[in-house]
Order: sequence, then structure tokens, then C-alpha cells
Amino acid sequence: MNYIWCAMVLVSFVCAAANGTVNETAAAIAEGAAAAIETVLSFAGIMCFWCGIMRVAEDAGAVAALQKIISPVTKFLFPRANDEARRYISLNVTANVLGLGNAATPAGIRAMEALDKTNAEPSKPSYEMCMFLVLNTTSFQLVPTTIMSLRAAAGGDAAAVIAPVWITSAVSVAAAVTAVKLFCKNGGARSKL
Amino acid sequence: MKYIMPALICAVLLLALSRKKPAYELFIEGAADGLKMLKSVLPPMIAIMSSVYMARASGAFDLLVGFVSRFTDKIGMSGELIPLALIRPLSGSGSMGIFTDILNRCGADSAVGKAASVMYGSTETTFYCLCVYFSRTRVKNTLKAVPYAVFGDIVSVVCAVLITSLF
Repeated sequence: MNYIWCAMVLVSFVCAAANGTVNETAAAIAEGAAAAIETVLSFAGIMCFWCGIMRVAEDAGAVAALQKIISPVTKFLFPRANDEARRYISLNVTANVLGLGNAATPAGIRAMEALDKTNAEPSKPSYEMCMFLVLNTTSFQLVPTTIMSLRAAAGGDAAAVIAPVWITSAVSVAAAVTAVKLFCKNGGARSKL
Repeated sequence: MKYIMPALICAVLLLALSRKKPAYELFIEGAADGLKMLKSVLPPMIAIMSSVYMARASGAFDLLVGFVSRFTDKIGMSGELIPLALIRPLSGSGSMGIFTDILNRCGADSAVGKAASVMYGSTETTFYCLCVYFSRTRVKNTLKAVPYAVFGDIVSVVCAVLITSLF
């Protein structure tokens, strides 16, 4: 990110010099910075609202209920993972599905640690680790609160994209999971069990 | 579609009431966490949005879009979405800046705005996840996991473009 950002600024100035748009480019710094503040302020309220609602959902037992629903899925995807790993995996996936980023990350790190213990070839990521990683990077989220907040702030229909987001997420999760199932042969726990 | 949001909020509150949880106090707690998150998002947003504005004003943006759109035009993807697709796996707040910029300029309910929303919603900061999740393991060769994750991202982007042309 470091290099990308520096490159963006430097390339902009080089292009500005080449195109004779130096004044416009310099003025754009102030415009962009102001737009950032405006944007964050414009969705701050609704974003906090959703964080509040999700905190209520978390404490009211939505996490525990969802965990039960997804346990067959984790069994299918991680047939060789031990109980400890599977517990953290299901907690992480549940938190991700509910959009509880703060709860998902610590559980995810613990799950990886647990998978690391049973990895037969510790220097390489095992099948379980790859599977767990793609579950996180393809991100299936039940209520995409960030997008909904940003869309509402921009004056759009907040809920219009929920179904397309679900479908797209489902397709990409399925594609990535299939890829791992087919091509990742480093079965981590095999030699230890 | 318009019932999803109200139904969800009602369901959560009813669940909390039925279990005798202090919904109001919990809401306040969660909203306070939200403020903390916003505070951490703001500085990167300023960095990214000012550099995006600069890239656009200077003409550098058009150069990049002109180059990549030769490939993306084939699946009917707008050039506007390319910076988002490129930054999304690398930086959460950076891609948020680009995403809001698209919404503000093209409109949230335009085809581009919708495609950007679906793209943003169905992907994650892949490389950040990779670093954080493998940080406490003995795995040295994390690169072997990258193709699967990047494959998932590409599927998301293509699918987001295709699906918004249907809706």
C-alpha cells in the first residue's frame, strides 16, 4: 500500500506536468481531502447505527444460533480439523456472516494457530489453512452494513444490492472452495491423526 | 427488497427483548465501537481520496483506465470500476474511499454504482487477511495460498459486473 500510494501521487504530478494540468492537480488535493471528511461524516450516523444493532444481535444469541446452523458446513469443508480448530473456525465464519469484523479477526487468528499445530508440513499452508483463508477473503456477509450505509449516504436505495451481493458472494465462495478442494493437496492433519 | 432492512432490525430487537437483554445499552456500546472504527478509517480515507482526486485531475487516471479497459470491455465492465478492483484486495479504507467516490460521481443507483456496491460487498482485503491470519503460524510460504484467494476475488468481480447487468 505504501508504494501504491506514493506512486499514485508521484505519477499524478508527472502526468500533470506532461498534460499541463499542474494547477488543477494541486487544487485536487484540497478537494479530495475535503471530500473524505464529508463522506465519513455523511455515513458516520448510519454506520454507528448498524454497529449498534449488530452488537445487540451478537449479545441476543444470533452468533450461537448461526454457529449451530453452519456446523455441518464446517464439518464438510474441514473434515480433518480437530475440535479446537473447528470451534474457532465456526466462530470466525459466524462473525463474518454477521459482519462483526472485530469478533472475526481474533477468532480467525486462533483458528489458524490451531490449524498450524496439526500441519504436517509447517512451512507450507495446509489444505485446511487455504480453505479457511478463502472463506475469509471471499467474505459472505448477511447484512452488508458498510455498503448499505455508504449507499444511503450517497442518496441511493440502501437495500437494492443485498440480493446481488448474496448471489455474488455465494458464487465466489463456491468457486474458491472448489478450487481449494481440487488443487490443494497438502492435507495438514493427515500424518498426525 | 424494501422489507429486508426493517425486518432485520425488528427481528434483532424482538430477539433481544425475548431473551431479556438490555438492547438499548448494547446498542450504545456497539455504536461507540462504530465511532472508534470511523476514527481509524478517516486518515486513510483522506490519503486515498486526495490521491484519487489528483490522479483524476492530472489525467493519470484516464491513462490507466484507457489501458486496462481494452481487456475489461470484453465482459462489459466499466473503466470506473478498475481502480476499485485493483485496490480492494490491498486496502479496506483505501477501497472505501474509491467506492464512495464512484457513488458520489456516478450515483448509487446507476449501473456503475450498483456494480461497485456488489463488488465491494462480496470481496475482502485479501492480502491484509493473508498477513494477519498467517502471522502467528509457522507457515513461511504463504504465497501458495494466494492463487486460491485471488481466484475468488476475480470470480467476485466478474460476477458482480454480470449480475448488475441482470438486475
